[in-house]
Amino acid sequence: MFLQQLVNGLTVGSTYSLIAIGYTLIFGVLGIINMAHGQVFIFGSFVGLILVTNFDMPIAVAFLASIVVSGILGLILEFTAMRPLRKKNVPHLASLISTIGFATLLEEGMHKLFGADSRAVPDTFGSQAFQLGSVQIRAVDLIILGIAVVLMVVLHFWINKTKVGKAIRATAENTETASVLGINTNMVIVTTVVLASSLGGIAGMLIGMTYSALIPSMGMTLGFKGLAVLILGGVGSIPGAMICGLILGVIEVFTVAYGASSYRDAVAFGLIILILLIRPQGLFGRKA
Amino acid sequence: MLSIRDLSTSYGQIKAIRNLSLDVEEGKIVALIGANGAGKTTTMKTIAGLLTPDQGSITFLGQRVEGWKPHKLVSAGLSLVPEGRAILGQMTVLENLEMGAFQRNDQAGIKEDMEKMMNWFPILRERLTQLGGTMSGGQQQMLAIARALMSRPKLLLLDEPSMGLAPIVVSDIFRVIKQINQEGTTVLIVEQNVKQALKIADYGYVLEAGQIVYQGTGESLLTDEKVKEAYLGGRKHE
Repeated sequence: MFLQQLVNGLTVGSTYSLIAIGYTLIFGVLGIINMAHGQVFIFGSFVGLILVTNFDMPIAVAFLASIVVSGILGLILEFTAMRPLRKKNVPHLASLISTIGFATLLEEGMHKLFGADSRAVPDTFGSQAFQLGSVQIRAVDLIILGIAVVLMVVLHFWINKTKVGKAIRATAENTETASVLGINTNMVIVTTVVLASSLGGIAGMLIGMTYSALIPSMGMTLGFKGLAVLILGGVGSIPGAMICGLILGVIEVFTVAYGASSYRDAVAFGLIILILLIRPQGLFGRKA
Repeated sequence: MLSIRDLSTSYGQIKAIRNLSLDVEEGKIVALIGANGAGKTTTMKTIAGLLTPDQGSITFLGQRVEGWKPHKLVSAGLSLVPEGRAILGQMTVLENLEMGAFQRNDQAGIKEDMEKMMNWFPILRERLTQLGGTMSGGQQQMLAIARALMSRPKLLLLDEPSMGLAPIVVSDIFRVIKQINQEGTTVLIVEQNVKQALKIADYGYVLEAGQIVYQGTGESLLTDEKVKEAYLGGRKHE
């Protein structure tokens, strides 16, 4: 029972990690919280889902579409709601509002285009399950966990070892310094926003598979979970986002498993508040 | 190599430099000296593309470059060591050096230059895998200079390299700057440490309240009565 729930928690949590990585990447290079992140990737995921349900496309195409559409929305977000404010050198609160505006537009757009109701994600991988000792894992969960973990490992390597990854880290640490070293920081920012949004696009599809459904309003609820993970992990910390996403997932699943299903979010967020009381900078954050 | 005419830059409403003109000839060390708040850093930031001037021209290697983005200026051959060194503290010494060579793709050449820098500054070799932020001020300044040289600049801009360093380290840094210049890099240096800067400079400009008030060869400024009185602690020390 314990191991079983742990695996379930890790599966859900790995998708939260992917969402939180998106927030933390953008916060890293821009110093702002992108309030439209959730809506961006749910929009992308809906486009992917519709390709499957209405046009009988394979699930792989849906993933690809979700990645591309989320990435493009991220690009539009950068050029309409972020860059113009950056050029004017306004306080960071302004872009908080402009991204909320973008989020609202996307959410209303989704209602118009896809309707406000939940839409079922077809069960592509069947209900086949594997027995691993005392733990029973659904094929779909294995795929979700596998994709999320592989993505995080690749991202970790990419950020730490490649030239572009290092440019992102340099820009995150100090944009001005990065630019005098010859880094085109605007390009780095565009790359980061698109990368963060596309990662969200994958997370959105994986969440759809976990819950067998997607709802436009999930943009907001999942966005908040990602934000909670961001704060818990320490704003700007990629390992923090990865590990704390898993922690939130596990806490949630255990709360449900041990009988408090209607208190799921309350327990999860309550624990986060407790942790933050002890470590205000987040588990992996640096003291300001 | 670098020619500035009637340059003015403001921070918001405040004009930090006014109608500033100066020239840096190829192969020389030129010093821009002045007190705190005279506009030295503003001048450097404007040349490096971090600030956009209100008016005036900056000509670098025959091209008008005012208003260019910093990364474009780096590819044109200009490299700034910012005030306060600006080491990437969360990245290793090696990564800092790599970032200095960001625009280059000649792996063999980068490796060769990296080796050269580690011979010039042996401390960097010892600290290669250490985070930049864990080094002392003097070591960080050496890393900042080495990092700036990794782009193989034709003109090196140094913004107060002696700031906050112990006197013995300051002498080291100035010796290195002289050596860099002898190896063929033109240098424009901004300093509050007037004596040291003018000693190594071929030519100097004195900046007061955003304007150039004196100029001349390093030697002539060092012996100039007015400069001595204002920046070198008067006559009695001579």
